[in-house]
Amino acid sequence: MGDPMKIRASMQGDVAEIRVLVNHAMETGQRKDSAGNLVPAHFIKHLTATVGDKLVVDAQIGTAISRNPVFAFKVKGAKAGDKVVINWQDNKGDSRTDEAVIA
Amino acid sequence: MNPLRRLLLKGAGASGAVLAAIAAGALRPGQVLAASWNTGAFEAKKVGDAMSGLGIANPVDSADIVMKAPDIAENGAVVPIEVTSNVPNTQKLSIFIDNNPNPLCASFDLAGGAMPSVSVRVKMQQTSNVRAVAHAGGKFYVAAKEVKVTIGGCGG
Repeated sequence: MGDPMKIRASMQGDVAEIRVLVNHAMETGQRKDSAGNLVPAHFIKHLTATVGDKLVVDAQIGTAISRNPVFAFKVKGAKAGDKVVINWQDNKGDSRTDEAVIA
Repeated sequence: MNPLRRLLLKGAGASGAVLAAIAAGALRPGQVLAASWNTGAFEAKKVGDAMSGLGIANPVDSADIVMKAPDIAENGAVVPIEVTSNVPNTQKLSIFIDNNPNPLCASFDLAGGAMPSVSVRVKMQQTSNVRAVAHAGGKFYVAAKEVKVTIGGCGG
């Protein structure tokens, strides 16, 4: 289990804005540590977002996404009080799911 | 390197993306995810190969894709990119960075009211064109912007 995500979801007019901050090392597998050894790749491959049980974003992610990545999405047809669920899976089989409510 | 996979990918590049998807799926029957991670596209070293790995063919330059990215990124490890597509019926957005070791950065399948607008932060090894591709009804639209990087974010 990774560290908890921070999810902020709020209505901007009739569009829900969802921002997610994920705590993840996102190692590319190309970086070397101070001893000169390659740090093995460790990165999120999949991230999904559902709003009120409806899948809205299904993302495939590569190593070029920054460490502790931030994603922002906009969803039409959502309303305050809807549940937002974010799930990620990384290349080592780790995963995490967090949820929030649209404010 | 799996020679069978290479062969399939090679064949798929020539004969269309649908085949690539079928081939990739057929080789991984254990996967239950509808869209399994597109290894071929993500591991491609050239932006053209990465695009064809995702099934992007003949992308048309479009002013309907609005990309917000800095002109100069002081820190290549964290470059904010925001992509909004005004192309009607955009179902998917993908982001490429030409000069990265693996150009494909991420792709977002959008459904259920999700607007074609995503923000991410990416790593850039060096100054490069950043391309955003909108997938809409079997057609592909692209916008590009050069981002200059003063300190790379990929190496050690």
